[in-house]
Amino acid sequence: MGDGSDNLIEIRNLKYSRGARPIFDGLDLNIRRGEVTAIMGPSGTGKTTLLRLITRQLIPQQGTILVDGIDISTLNTSHLYQLRRRFGMLFQNGALLTDLSVFENVAFPLREHTNLSDRLIRHIVLTKLHAVGLRGAAGLMPAELSGGMARRVALARAMVMDPDILIYDEPFVGLDPISMGVIVRLVRRMNDALGITSIIVSHDVQEVATVADCSYLLSDGQVAASGSPDELSTATSVLVRQFMHGMADGPVAFHYDAPSYEEQLLGRDS
Amino acid sequence: MHRTAQDIYDSFVEFARTFGAFQLFFLRLLRHSPSMLTSRFGVVVGQVYNAGALSLVIVMVCGLFVGAVLALQAYSNMSRFNAEDWTGVAAALALLKELGPVMTAILFAGRAGTALTSEIGLMKATDQLSAMEMMAVNPVRRVVVPRFLGGVIAMPLLAAVFSAVGLFGAHLVGVELFQVDVGSFWQQIQLMVEPADVREGIYKSIVFGIAASLIAVWEGYNTVPTAEGVGRATTRTVVITAITVLVFDFMITAVLI
Ligand SMILES: Nc1ncnc2c1ncn2[C@@H]1O[C@H](COP(=O)(O)OP(=O)(O)OP(=O)(O)O)[C@@H](O)[C@H]1O
Ligand SMILES: [Mg+2]
Repeated sequence: MGDGSDNLIEIRNLKYSRGARPIFDGLDLNIRRGEVTAIMGPSGTGKTTLLRLITRQLIPQQGTILVDGIDISTLNTSHLYQLRRRFGMLFQNGALLTDLSVFENVAFPLREHTNLSDRLIRHIVLTKLHAVGLRGAAGLMPAELSGGMARRVALARAMVMDPDILIYDEPFVGLDPISMGVIVRLVRRMNDALGITSIIVSHDVQEVATVADCSYLLSDGQVAASGSPDELSTATSVLVRQFMHGMADGPVAFHYDAPSYEEQLLGRDS
Repeated sequence: MHRTAQDIYDSFVEFARTFGAFQLFFLRLLRHSPSMLTSRFGVVVGQVYNAGALSLVIVMVCGLFVGAVLALQAYSNMSRFNAEDWTGVAAALALLKELGPVMTAILFAGRAGTALTSEIGLMKATDQLSAMEMMAVNPVRRVVVPRFLGGVIAMPLLAAVFSAVGLFGAHLVGVELFQVDVGSFWQQIQLMVEPADVREGIYKSIVFGIAASLIAVWEGYNTVPTAEGVGRATTRTVVITAITVLVFDFMITAVLI
């Protein structure tokens, strides 16, 4: 598989903008094989966008993204779909299929991609649902779930094909402390026992510290800091300290780009 | 003056672009249709049931009243020539050739078409289509194609139901209300309505079914993924389908006559 290097995903000089607004401006980032990598950053820096670029739901204006040594921009549709079968992705809002029950949602990838018997599918699906504590909810429809439950079902669905790479977009939002602990341990355990490579997007500095091997802090379209959670939490850089300790003032702008407040209030901006 | 010319040019380019994308989309649907029909027929049947069951009641109620009013008009017109026996024929021809397919298509757009558009649009807005992409499932094939085929298959069936119920409505008015002789009412229909008339209605309902379903899934798939976008898309489905159906109706009739 691939070039056998330690990096499963390598991003080089990535540039991407939405309209005139640059989201990434020369981003370089490595995801190491078999590790849990966290991607942190203020809201709106483009963490979700980065995940969509890595999975080629979006196409960058410049730069390369290598997955297992393959430049994903060169793949045709069927190769892309083959590659995607190695990914499991947990969307920020769960993205369950609303016309299918919880059980059928988790069974969906199996039914689409395999010819397993109903009994085997049932066995696999119930195992995965049990792992996220929702075996009892198998018969419910997605509309009957709370936000946190929906995300746990989505997690079960992301795991069901036993992917090599699991991508989590904000997995810890809206979970109570108990489920949070269970999910954090589950993420870690899958990573260690099954040799999965995990990418976690999160704002949750504490949870990330317990689960990640390596974290990247994004800001202004670039990597502002990276390292193990310990390194980041003891870092002296103002920017890192600002994010890790949640201060409004500092180099990371809390505000979306805007004209001067005073000017705008006085109506002079137009 | 210069601005207007530029605006007209811009909107023409925009229209050409959209229309081109629309045609490509149609080709994509056609490309995936055979495999969907053979390997996943159950999914398609589910969608036929969805689209058909949604519209069945409204199609039957409207069919009954349209048939009845046609008989009222036909009776009052025919009685001027002392040709009351022809009430049934006049109503039947209008139903089979025109009002069956046209009314059904417009009702279908309002009931099943809007449901398709908002369903697909909401799936898009809630990342369900992206989630399928990520599970290496092509959402066009898995979501759009079965709904399109379901509509295409359901439309002619609904139009047939509309015409049948309409004939029953005409019978109620002609025979039960105005006492036209039941024998001559139906015999005239059998004698005068030709296979070509029925075929005209079938052709139309097939074309309208394709048009209405295609517009509904296109609008859903290209929805701006917000609540407002979904609302606009459903409205457009009804408006565009109604116009398209009436224009096609004129063209098909002109060709067949
Ligand atoms: N469909 C879109 N069209 C235009 N701009 C967009 C679109 N989606 C996102 N953006 C912009 O891209 C930027 C990055 O968005 P993204 O969703 O990646 O942020 P994020 O880091 O995941 O934030 P959060 O932590 O709040 O989820 C935002 O500033 C947003 O304004
Ligand atoms: Mg996000």
